[in-house]
Amino acid sequence: MATATTATPPTSTESDWTKPQAMAIPKEGYFTRQDGRYGPIYPRTPACYGFTLIAKIKPGREDAIRAYGKTIENAIADIPDALAALKLHYLRWVLFDIGKDTYFMYQGIFDTDFDKYTEDAVSLFTKLGLNTTFENLEGFPEDWKTNAPAFVRFVREHQCPSFLEYGEYPFVTADEIKKALKLKAAFADMLDLMQ
Amino acid sequence: MSILQQSHLTPTDLGKQIDQPASLDFNDIQHFLMSRPPARAARYEFLSFKSGSQGRAWLTGLIDKVGTANAVGSNVTDSRWVTIGLTWNGLRALGVTEESLATFPEEFRQGMAARADILGTTGANHPDHWAGGLSSPNLHAIVILFARDVAERERCRREHETYVAQCGGVELLSALDLEAIPPFDHAHEHFGYRDRLSQPVIEGTGVEPTPGSGSPLKPGEFFLGYPDEEGAFAGMPQPEILSRNGSYVAYLKMEEHVGAFRDFLRAHGETPEQQELIAAKLMGRWRSGAPLVLAPDKDDPTLGADSQRNNDFNYAKMDAYGYGCPLGAHIRRMNPRDTAVNMNRRKMIRRGGTYGPALPEGVPDDGIERGIAAFVGCASLVRQFEFAMNVWTNDPKFHELGNERDPICGTQDGTFDMTIPKRPIRKKIKGLPAFTTIRGGAYFFLPGISALRYLVSLSDGV
Repeated sequence: MATATTATPPTSTESDWTKPQAMAIPKEGYFTRQDGRYGPIYPRTPACYGFTLIAKIKPGREDAIRAYGKTIENAIADIPDALAALKLHYLRWVLFDIGKDTYFMYQGIFDTDFDKYTEDAVSLFTKLGLNTTFENLEGFPEDWKTNAPAFVRFVREHQCPSFLEYGEYPFVTADEIKKALKLKAAFADMLDLMQ
Repeated sequence: MSILQQSHLTPTDLGKQIDQPASLDFNDIQHFLMSRPPARAARYEFLSFKSGSQGRAWLTGLIDKVGTANAVGSNVTDSRWVTIGLTWNGLRALGVTEESLATFPEEFRQGMAARADILGTTGANHPDHWAGGLSSPNLHAIVILFARDVAERERCRREHETYVAQCGGVELLSALDLEAIPPFDHAHEHFGYRDRLSQPVIEGTGVEPTPGSGSPLKPGEFFLGYPDEEGAFAGMPQPEILSRNGSYVAYLKMEEHVGAFRDFLRAHGETPEQQELIAAKLMGRWRSGAPLVLAPDKDDPTLGADSQRNNDFNYAKMDAYGYGCPLGAHIRRMNPRDTAVNMNRRKMIRRGGTYGPALPEGVPDDGIERGIAAFVGCASLVRQFEFAMNVWTNDPKFHELGNERDPICGTQDGTFDMTIPKRPIRKKIKGLPAFTTIRGGAYFFLPGISALRYLVSLSDGV
């Protein structure tokens, strides 16, 4: 099953956040095939873990998908840590046309290997009602709530791996960034108290 | 790590727990994941069928001996309890059609040995080293015998030996005898840790969870054909009669290197008290069972033995930074409680016991293999068991630890660490040795009684 590619990952030091790093990635999306519970694992890069899903939407569903942006905005305003389990940095949702068809691009940058927490993500999507968006995509499994493997298969079939990723502060997790900002704030408070 | 010892449940309790009205089919479900009989000895036999007809003939004569949840719960006079599990290859050998076989989940079809990279059973733990035919496609079935004592086990062993010889065409690939180790007044394993302190309870069984153990879980987390925690009925292999009331179990035989463990404690603690503290930090509990979250500085054996208190704690509020229980301690990895999401979708029922003789304190390691041979029961191997192995046990980055695996049951090769948070500066143990080695494992399906009857009704070449 292993299909080692000729490309090798750059020798990187994950701990050196001071030195920006770029990583070119083979077409398959990984250097050496390593399987997780649901298939090959994509590597952590200087820009952390992530995926880019691109899927054609069902005709006439563009407005429904676009409206869902507001739903997510409100959900996060109500419950700011609603997506905390995914350990996200950023999400980007984009709609674009190719010819007469419209495509949905879902790009996520996060700190966990998606393969490890797949079921948690599916569960979270159910709670947030993300199905209303995903069910507008062609080929999305109708029984996805009870059929995690089918959901995962859809995600993997529509994943377009990056061939280049770059990190200005490579491999730094969102938690580390938040800790650093907290420390900075704590030092500022301390300096205030020293006046 | 479930240890064969005196049950926490008295025989009367066992009778009581299934008197409750419930929708669970206690007459069809095998007792194995439902109740824990008071066994002090056990034997696991790993079998291969030379032909479908011979396998079915063997199974036909055994079905009536398999303990249902109802029979085991209500009959306190029993002295032996039988469970039967089948591998995917075993189902095929018994005549299940290819069409039906294809409806089983992929991880079960592949079998545990093929999932080694995912489980992290690499290096010395790799299936290539497993003995007893466990990683062979010829492994078709397991018979799990729990017995009240060694004499009863031996009687059953002889009886089954005679029966297998009569049937013909059923080969014993290997067997493992298990016995509880002293002291017999509480469940524990070879390192001396009290066990069975945190076990999920199934809704509809009438059993009350101990404080801190969470609410009873929906039966669909453990038995096929019932709603699970998300309210759904997970996909059932077809035909439905084959999978209803069935469960999957992952078997693991794990050698415990008691000499290496005690050497490690001595190397990291000058006094017996310091050594006990190191032992507690690895586990997250003192060997008495007292949890570090509730007893961070000093052992409290009374707390350890008190089931109303010894599991009643959380991490996020009570020990967020791990000053009591390290983030990477065994119990904090295997049950992160309120520091992980969807915990009710990751619960498993553990059964099993200790094998090999106890190594007395102060005696050098005698080289005899000893350890735990346990089963993890669930409705989805990939979601429950494989997640626990892949993430909780062997993911070096779990809890942002960076370079750690479970110190007790993770795959260790001397390159991983163990961080013990401590004020003002944490203590880091570099190059943790392996205290355990996986010596075997397999995935089995535990069919309901109707499914066993369905299997013996099959014929070859259909």
